[in-house]
Amino acid sequence: MLGNITMGQYYPVDSPVHRLDPRTKLILTIAFIVGVFLVHSLWGYALVFGFVYMTARVARLPFRMLLKGLKPLRIILVMTFLLNLFFTAGDDVLVSFWIIRITREALRQAVFYSLRLLFLVIGTSVLTLTTSPVALSDALEILMGPLKKIHFPAHELAMMMTIALRFIPTLLDETDKIMKAQMARGADFESGNLLSRAKAMVPLLVPLFVSAFRRAGDLAMAMESRCYHGGEGRTRFRVLKFGKHDALAAGIMVVFLAVIVLIP
Amino acid sequence: MEAQLRISAEDISYTYEEAPSPALSHVRAEIREGEFVAVLGHNGSGKSTLAKLMNALYIPTEGRMLVCGFDTADEANVWEVRRRAGMIFQNPDNQIVATVVKEDVAFGLENLGVPTDEMIPRVESALAAVRMSKYADSAPHMLSGGQKQRVAVAGILAMEPSVLIADEATAMLDPSGRKEVLETVKALNRTKGITVVWITHFMEEAAQADRIIVINGGEAVLEGTPREVFPEADKMREMHLDVPRMTGLAAELRAAGMPIRADVLTVEEMVEEVKRVCPLKSGT
Repeated sequence: MLGNITMGQYYPVDSPVHRLDPRTKLILTIAFIVGVFLVHSLWGYALVFGFVYMTARVARLPFRMLLKGLKPLRIILVMTFLLNLFFTAGDDVLVSFWIIRITREALRQAVFYSLRLLFLVIGTSVLTLTTSPVALSDALEILMGPLKKIHFPAHELAMMMTIALRFIPTLLDETDKIMKAQMARGADFESGNLLSRAKAMVPLLVPLFVSAFRRAGDLAMAMESRCYHGGEGRTRFRVLKFGKHDALAAGIMVVFLAVIVLIP
Repeated sequence: MEAQLRISAEDISYTYEEAPSPALSHVRAEIREGEFVAVLGHNGSGKSTLAKLMNALYIPTEGRMLVCGFDTADEANVWEVRRRAGMIFQNPDNQIVATVVKEDVAFGLENLGVPTDEMIPRVESALAAVRMSKYADSAPHMLSGGQKQRVAVAGILAMEPSVLIADEATAMLDPSGRKEVLETVKALNRTKGITVVWITHFMEEAAQADRIIVINGGEAVLEGTPREVFPEADKMREMHLDVPRMTGLAAELRAAGMPIRADVLTVEEMVEEVKRVCPLKSGT
C-alpha cells in the first residue's frame, strides 16, 4: 500500500547533469531563476524554453517528468493567468463585453507572469530530479557554511535532513504495520466522507508518533555514544569535488544569461 | 603479568531522577583486557543502567566508574571514554544514522575528526571484519536485523575502541540473527583482543562468556565462570533467571541420583557425561 513512495523526486539515471557537483547545480539553478526574472520578451521565453529542453535532454529526463512537477501548481497557474488578464489596468482594449475588459497590456502581463512561474518550477525540478536528496543536503551544508558565523545552524539542518531521509522508509514500514494491525481489528481507513476518514487516522497516528519519539530518544543516545557533538571539529566522509564538467556547465550558464540580458 | 584493567566499577550506585530507589547500588566489578564478560539479569535488574554508566551516558550518583583509566564523572573525559568503550544498543533501527551503510560506519570517525583519506581504509576494514563489505553501498533499511547490528558493530570497530559494550544487542533479533551477531563479536574478541561486555538475559549466550556477572535488584549478586555460576540453579531461580537447559537437566538428574557433573553447559557435554555414567554394554 505504501511501498511505492519514492524518495523526493530523484530520477536515478546516469547523465552528465547527474554527475555535476550538487553545489554547482544549486548555484546554477539560482542563476537560472535570476535569468528567468530578467526576461521581458517572448523571444526570451523561447530561449529559456530551448535551454530547459536541452538541459532535460542532456540529463536524460523524459519531458513529461518535468511537466509532472507542474501538476500541483495548475490551479495557481490558471489563477495567475486569469487575475492578471482581468485586473491589469491598460488603455488598448482588445475585448470588451458586460463588465469584462481585456487590454493588450493585461494579456501581455498574464502570459509573461504565467510563463515565468512555469519556468521557475520546471527549472528547479531539473535540480531535484537530477540530484539525490543526500547530495543536496551536503551541498546546502557547505554553501551555507559561512552563515555559521552568524549562528545559522547549517550543520544541524543538514544532519536533520539526513536523519529524516534515513527514517522515512523505517516509519513507512511501521505505518504499514500499524495500519494492518488496526485493520485486523476492524478499522476502516478507506470509506466514509473526509471527516470520518480523518477520524480513522487517529488510531494510526497516535502509535506512530509515540514510536517516533522513542526512536528519536534512542537515536540521540546512540549518536552521543558515538562521540557526536555537533558540527564543531567534524570531518566529512563524502567529499565534494569540482571538476571540468562543473566549469563547463557554469560557462554555458554565463552565456545563457548574457544572451538573455542582450535580447531586447 | 596481569592483564590491564579496562573497566572498573568502584562501589557505584545510580538513582534515576525522581525514582524512589536506586537502579544500581554498590556494584563492584572489574573487567580486564581481552576478557569476554557477560552481564546477566532479568528485565529491570539494572543491567542496562550498568552499560550506560560504562559509556558515560549516565554518571554514577555514588562511587567511581573508571573506563580505561578515565573517570566518567569528569566531563573533560567524556569523549575519551566513548572513543575507547564503544556501545551497541538493542534496537537495530534506532542506532543507524546515515542512509548508506558505509557512511554510517564512518559516522563515528567524522565525529572524531579523522581525515577523509584515513577514514576510507578504516571503514573498509571495519566492514570486512564483520563480513559486511558486500553491503557497503546498501541502504540500511534493506538489511536484516542481524545485518544491521553487524553494521552497528562495524561503526564502533572503525573507531578502534579497546572495549565493546553490547547492551542487549540481540534481544530484538531472531535466533539466526542472534547467533550471527554473537559469533561476530566473539571473533573480534578472539582475533583483535577487544574486551567485550555482553549484556543479556539469554542464558545460552552468557554460557559462552569467559566470566558472568549476575545483576539482580540493582546489586551484583553472583560472579564467576559459567561453570561456577550456572550450577547454582536454586539461587538463579530465586532471581527469576533460568539456567541453560542442559545445566538444568544435570541438576534434575543429580537429584534423581545420577552422579553426573553439575557444571554441564552444552548438549555435547551432556552426551559425554551420560556416556561416562551409564556406559553402553557392548552389543546393545
